[in-house]
Amino acid sequence: MASTTTTADVAPPGAHGADDNYLTHEKGIASWLLTLDHKRIGIMYFCCVISAFALGGFFALMIRTELWAPGRTIVDADTYNQLFTLHGAVMVFLVIVPGIPAALGNFVLPLHLGAKDVAFPKLNLMSWYMWITGALFLISSLIVSAADTGWTFYTPYSTTTPTAVIPALAGVFVLGFSSIFTGLNFIVTIHKMRAPGLTWFRLPLFVWGLYSTAIMQVLATPVLGITLLMLIVERAFGIGIFDPALGGDPVLFQHFFWFYSHPAVYIMVVPAFGVISEIIPVFSRKRLFGYSFIALSSVAIAILSFLVWGHHMFVSGQSVLAGSIFSAITFLIAIPTAIKVLNWISTMYKGSIHLDTPMLYALMFLWVFTIGGLTGLFLSTMSTDVHLHDTYFVVAHFHYVMMGGAITAFFGGLHYWWPKMWGRMYNETTGRWGALAVFIGLNLTFFPQFIMGSRGMPRRYYNYIPEFQPFHQASTIGAFILGMGFLVTTVSLIRSLLKKPDAPQNPWGANTLEWTIPSPPAYYNFDKIPHVVEGPYEYADWEYDDKIGGYVRKGHQEAT
Amino acid sequence: MTDATAEAVHGHSGGHGHQDPIHAANPFLAHHFDTPRQQFEAGKFGIWLFLVTEILFFSGLFCAYTIYRTLDPDVFEWGHYFLDTKLGAVNTSVLILSSLTAAWAVRNAQLQQHRALIINIVITLLCASTFMVVKYTEYSHKFHAGLLPGKYFQPTEEAWEMPSYEKKNGPPPEGFLDGKPEGIEKAEKLITRGHPYKFDPPPHAARFFGIYFCMTGLHGIHVLVGMGIWIWMLVKGVKRQFGPNYFGPVDYAALYWHLVDLIWIYLFPLLYLID
Amino acid sequence: MAHDEKSAHDPHHDELAHPMPVSMLIGVWAVLMFFTVLTVWAAQQGLGSQTSFIVAMIIATIKAGLVMSIFMHLWWDKRMNLFTFLGSFLFVMLFIGMALTDKSEYNHDIISKMESDSAQAQTSTGAPTMPSTK
Repeated sequence: MASTTTTADVAPPGAHGADDNYLTHEKGIASWLLTLDHKRIGIMYFCCVISAFALGGFFALMIRTELWAPGRTIVDADTYNQLFTLHGAVMVFLVIVPGIPAALGNFVLPLHLGAKDVAFPKLNLMSWYMWITGALFLISSLIVSAADTGWTFYTPYSTTTPTAVIPALAGVFVLGFSSIFTGLNFIVTIHKMRAPGLTWFRLPLFVWGLYSTAIMQVLATPVLGITLLMLIVERAFGIGIFDPALGGDPVLFQHFFWFYSHPAVYIMVVPAFGVISEIIPVFSRKRLFGYSFIALSSVAIAILSFLVWGHHMFVSGQSVLAGSIFSAITFLIAIPTAIKVLNWISTMYKGSIHLDTPMLYALMFLWVFTIGGLTGLFLSTMSTDVHLHDTYFVVAHFHYVMMGGAITAFFGGLHYWWPKMWGRMYNETTGRWGALAVFIGLNLTFFPQFIMGSRGMPRRYYNYIPEFQPFHQASTIGAFILGMGFLVTTVSLIRSLLKKPDAPQNPWGANTLEWTIPSPPAYYNFDKIPHVVEGPYEYADWEYDDKIGGYVRKGHQEAT
Repeated sequence: MTDATAEAVHGHSGGHGHQDPIHAANPFLAHHFDTPRQQFEAGKFGIWLFLVTEILFFSGLFCAYTIYRTLDPDVFEWGHYFLDTKLGAVNTSVLILSSLTAAWAVRNAQLQQHRALIINIVITLLCASTFMVVKYTEYSHKFHAGLLPGKYFQPTEEAWEMPSYEKKNGPPPEGFLDGKPEGIEKAEKLITRGHPYKFDPPPHAARFFGIYFCMTGLHGIHVLVGMGIWIWMLVKGVKRQFGPNYFGPVDYAALYWHLVDLIWIYLFPLLYLID
Repeated sequence: MAHDEKSAHDPHHDELAHPMPVSMLIGVWAVLMFFTVLTVWAAQQGLGSQTSFIVAMIIATIKAGLVMSIFMHLWWDKRMNLFTFLGSFLFVMLFIGMALTDKSEYNHDIISKMESDSAQAQTSTGAPTMPSTK
C-alpha cells in the first residue's frame, strides 16, 4: 500500500497495484451514492434487490403460515389480502424485474463488451434512484394501508377498495421508468460500446439475453406506465375508462395491463436464460452448442411475447376470436424456449461437468424451469384453462417459472460472478448445501400446489376445505426449507467477504472478457482496450493452475 | 478471447489526469467514450429509443380514444362543440413555429452561430409559453363551465354560453337559459331537426372530458418539461459550448420537441375537428 | 446489424454535423402551416363524420411525415434510428388493433346482457330502471 501511494503519480499503465480496484478507488458513503461507475451501481442494486427479496420472502412465509390450517391461523383475512398483494408487487417489481438486468447486468455488461462503462452513466445512477423512490412509495403504502388488489390491480376492485392503492400505483409507475431507462441504456451500450473485434455473434449470450430483455423493457413498460397513470386518474376523478360503474370497461384494463405484463414475464426470465447460457458451457468445459440458435431465440421470444397477452384473459369476457388467436400464438413461444433447453442439454452432453455451486443452480434451473414451462402449455389451451384458471395450478406454474427460473438463475449468476464482484471466493460447501435446500424447498413448496390446483383449490383464498390441508402443510414446510436455503446461502456469501481466500482472476476457466482482468476489476475496467479475435466459449486455451487456484491462459503463466 | 494490443488512443485505466489527445481536444467528450462520433451516435440512438418509449406511453391514451370513439361516437361529437377550434389552431401554429426554430437552433449549434442559437431558443421558449397560456385559458373556461372529467362533470349554464359552443351552434334560444318553457320548447325543436344543440348530454358524456384532459394534460406536461430542457440549452448556449463536434444536446432537445409537436398534430384534429 | 462499423467508412458521414439549409426549414414550415389551414377548412365542409375523419388523419400524417423526415432529420439519419422509430408504430398498431378487435367482438354481448337485465328488472318491478348505453 505504501509503495502505491508514493508511486501513484508516475505509475506506468497497469501498475496501479493490486489494492487499487473499483471498491477501494474512492472511499466514503458519498463516493457510492454519487458514483457513476456501473460496477458500483450494480452492487448498490444488488444490495437493494436482496433486501427487497428478504422482505418479499418474509411476506411469503407469513402467507404460508396463515395457510397452515383452514380459517384464521395468524392474521385476519384483510391482512392476508394485503400480504399477498405486497408479496406479488415486491417480488415482481422490486426483485425479479430489476434483479438480473439491473444488479448482475450493470456489473457484467460493460465488462462483457470490453467497455469502460455503460453509454449513459448518469442515467444509470438516476435509474437506481428511481428504484429507491418507487420502493419507498410501495413500502409507504404498506404503512398507510396496504393495497389489497393483488399485484395486477384489476378494476373495478382497484377503483373501489378503500386501501391505499394510489401510492402503490405511483410506486410501480416510478419503478417502471427505472426499468425503461436501464433497458434503454443497455441497448445503446450494446450497439455503440463494443470493443474492437467484438461482433454481434461473438457476444456472450448473457449480452444477447440482456439485449432482448431491454427491447421488451423499452417497448412494453411505457404502456404499463400509462395504464397505471390512467388508473390513478380513474380512481381520483372517475373518468369512466376502466370503471364499469361509469360505463368503462374492466376488460380493457386487462388488455392494457397484460400488454405490458406478459412481456414482463419474459423481462424476468430472458436474462435468466442468458445467465444459464454463461454457466453451462463453462462448467461443462465445452463450447456452447447452437450459439446462434440460443441468441436468436431470445430475440424471437422478445417479439413473440408481445403477441400473447390475451392468454391471461381467457375467462375474463374476452371474445372467442381474440382468445383463439392468443392461444395459438402462445403455443409458438414454446418453440424458441425448447430450442434453448435442448441446446443447453446438448452442451452438457460428453462435457466434463464440474458441479460447482453455479452449475448446481443451472441444473436446478433446467429441471424446474422445464416443469414450469410445460405446465404453461395446459394453461395456454383454452379449454383446460377454463378449469385451471385462478387455481393454485397457475400459482405453482408461475412460481416454477419465476422462482425456479429467474431466482435460481439469479443466485447461480451471483455465485458465478461473486469472485469477480468482491475478489473473494465463497465457501463451496455451504454454497452447495444452500443450493440443495433451495431445490428441495422449491419443489416441496410448489409441487403440491399443482395437485391442489388441478383439484380446484382457488388462488388467493384465505380459507379452504379440510381436504386440501395436507397439501397446504407440505407447501408451508417447503417454504420454510426454501427460506432456510436462502439464509444459508446469504450467510455463506457474507462470510466470504470477511474471510480469505482471495479470488483468482479466472476461477472457472471462462473465456469472456471479465475474466481477463483482475478480481475485483480496476476502476476503469480494462488496462488496455481488448481486441477480440474469437467467440466467448472457446476453452482450449485455458488450463488450471494449482498454485493460484484458478485458470491461466496456456503459455502466459509467467506473465500472470 | 483477447489479443491485447494496446492502442494509443484508448489510453490506460488510470483515466483522470492522464488525458489522451482526443479527450484533451474535446472538453465535452465523456471519459468512457473514445471519440466525439461515438458519443454523438450513442446519444442520438438513446434519444430515439426514448422517443419510442414516449410513443408507446401515449399509445394507451390513443387506444382508449380509438375504442370509445369507435363504439360511442355521439359523446365525442357532442363534446367537441365545447372546444374552441380557433384556439386549437392557434396552438397548432405556435407549436409548428417552435418546431421550426428548434430545428433552426440545431443548425445554429452545428455552425457555432451563437447569437442566432440564443434567438432561436428564446423564440422556441416564447412559443411554448404562448401554448401554455392558451391551454390555461381553455382549461379555465372549462373549469368555470363545469366541463370536468368523471365525477366532477357538472355542466353549468356557462357551458352553453361558451364562445366556442355559440360559434358552432348559435346562441341558445331566448328564454332557454332562464328555464322558461318556451325557451326549452324551442331548444327541443332544434334537437329534433338534427341540430347539434343539445342540452342533455348523452350518456357517459363526462368521458369525453376525461379523455380530453388526460391527453392534453399529459401533452401539456411534456411541453413544460420541454421548456425546462430549452432553458438548460439556453444556459449552455450562452456559455458558447456548442460547435461542430458538440451539438448533441441541442439536437436531442429538438428531437424531443418535435415529438411533442407530432403528438399535438394528431391531437388537434382528433379532439377539435370532429365532424 | 453491423451498421455501426460500416457507417464509419461512409463518406457521407465524415462530418458529424449536417446543417439543414435555412430555405428547406422555412419551406417545410410553410407547408405545415398550409396543411394546418387546410385541415381546419376541410373540417368545416361537412363531409360527414367518416370522410372528414379520414381526411383529417391523412393531413395529420402528411404533416407528421414532414416533421419526421425533415425537422427530425430522419431522411438522412442512420437507418437504424428510422427503423427503431417506425418500429414503435408497429407495436402501437398491434396494441390498439388487438384491443379494438376484441372490444368490438364482445361489446354486443355486454349490451345485450344489459338490455336483458333491464328488461327483467322492468318485468319484475314494473318500473323503468337503468337505460341501456346505446
